[in-house]
Amino acid sequence: MAEKFDVIVVGAGPAGTSCAYTLAKAGVNVLLLERGEYPGSKNVMGGVLYRKMMEDIIPGFYKEAPVERLIVEQRFMLLDEKSAVTFSYKGLEWGEEPYNNFTVLRAKFDQWFAEKAVQQGALLVNETVVTECLVENGKVIGVRTDRPDGDLFADVVVLADGVNSLLAKSLGFHKEFRPDEVALAVMEVLKLDRKIIEDRFSLEQDQGCTFEIFGDATKGILGTAWLYTNKDSLNIGVGAMLSGLIKNKIKPHQLLDYVKKHPIIRPYIQGTEQQEYLAHLIPEGGYRSIPKVVGDGVIVVGDAAQLVNAIHREGSNMAMTSGVLAAEAILEAKAAGDFSASMLDSYRQRLMDSFVGQDMKKYKDATHHFEKYPHYFEKYIPLMNRAASQMFTVDGSSKWEKQKKIWRELGSAKEKWKMARDLMQAWRVMK
Amino acid sequence: MMKELPKGQSIEEKQYLVRFKADTESHLHVLDTDVCATKCPDKLCTIFCPAEVYKWEEVRMHVGYEGCHECGSCRIGCPHENIKWVYPKGGHGIIFRLG
Repeated sequence: MAEKFDVIVVGAGPAGTSCAYTLAKAGVNVLLLERGEYPGSKNVMGGVLYRKMMEDIIPGFYKEAPVERLIVEQRFMLLDEKSAVTFSYKGLEWGEEPYNNFTVLRAKFDQWFAEKAVQQGALLVNETVVTECLVENGKVIGVRTDRPDGDLFADVVVLADGVNSLLAKSLGFHKEFRPDEVALAVMEVLKLDRKIIEDRFSLEQDQGCTFEIFGDATKGILGTAWLYTNKDSLNIGVGAMLSGLIKNKIKPHQLLDYVKKHPIIRPYIQGTEQQEYLAHLIPEGGYRSIPKVVGDGVIVVGDAAQLVNAIHREGSNMAMTSGVLAAEAILEAKAAGDFSASMLDSYRQRLMDSFVGQDMKKYKDATHHFEKYPHYFEKYIPLMNRAASQMFTVDGSSKWEKQKKIWRELGSAKEKWKMARDLMQAWRVMK
Repeated sequence: MMKELPKGQSIEEKQYLVRFKADTESHLHVLDTDVCATKCPDKLCTIFCPAEVYKWEEVRMHVGYEGCHECGSCRIGCPHENIKWVYPKGGHGIIFRLG
């Protein structure tokens, strides 16, 4: 007789594990399936984990979880070929409870988190690929796995299978993604002595900082590079829209090497030793790319539902919240004994009312706008660098003369109008 | 528009840092090699694949699936939708230890 669970969660990343944890804690019989050797073995992120959404699930988690450093400074670099305009916020309140965010290494963190779900009573099975959803009369009744006799049944199947979202696609919840809906990210973990990290980045023990790097780091393609501090390593990576890499015929790992050798970035990573190289997609289609997230007996969460706020590099936190909201909707459905799409739709409603849906909506046009008009990156960032250089270089010309020169550099009256319009439009898609 | 980037480290040197448990059969399939040969002068997958899994060998596309990061770019980025892409068998494929 085939096995039947209350809920099967496909994928033990932040979304799936959050869902499984919440359900198991409420006494639900939940199976958590992971295709990797262990949770986290297929997962990549830049490395920032936000405290709030994780603490909504496990209060005080950071006291025992494998977190790397607590972030007290976030820098934003507008990079040109030989210069950078940098903004930063360093706030020591982030170094005290309640912390804002941490760096984590996902292979370690995801394992720890999944183990917590197991302690709550979830059954974790690794090394198992779900090849399809089992559908009967339009209702999802279980999953087919790549194990022998691998059909498993459940009242609800939660699809937390990540950015490629093959299962939701096979259910017809979304079409294949386009290259302008995903960013391809490549990253390296670089080993560096913790004391050197602290000296180099002006940090005290356990403190960390993050750099987001725009402009020349992606050679004008929409995307960013990043440099994050772990305990005794650095994460350096670059992510750019797949469509942009294709159009410009850029090899992603060569772009990463370009960033690593960039004269402004190079000094931060010197003396490091490469530990790992990783590639992954990021869903960046935004609000308009969110698929159908609910069907009869099925819910889609996390990256599989494209829940990423690319502007604020938030994703794993949204994944966690979506997982919890899915669990809450399932608990209600279970109490009512009704697992239909209309019952489970309370998940979609909660999701859209939460910060997840609201922030997705806020930036619904942002990625598309900046993708369509590359001159924000190609033109305006170098312009800002030249203006800063002009203004801060003391060469005997008066500040008025310098201002005039910068103004002239902006181009003809027509070009200035265009710039004003671009700024207005950027404001419109970001506000 | 081709933007020239300096050559940098070879992909082999990067891939050497990664742990793989290769399956005995490929999870990646080029559906029709003729499409690559006749309709795809740029062979974009050989450029944007972050592991350089795809290598054009005169008349056929060599698919080094053993080094695949399972990112999905090739499936989405192939202009001819000519790549069948599934996950490797459970427990196989790339095994990240850190990031």
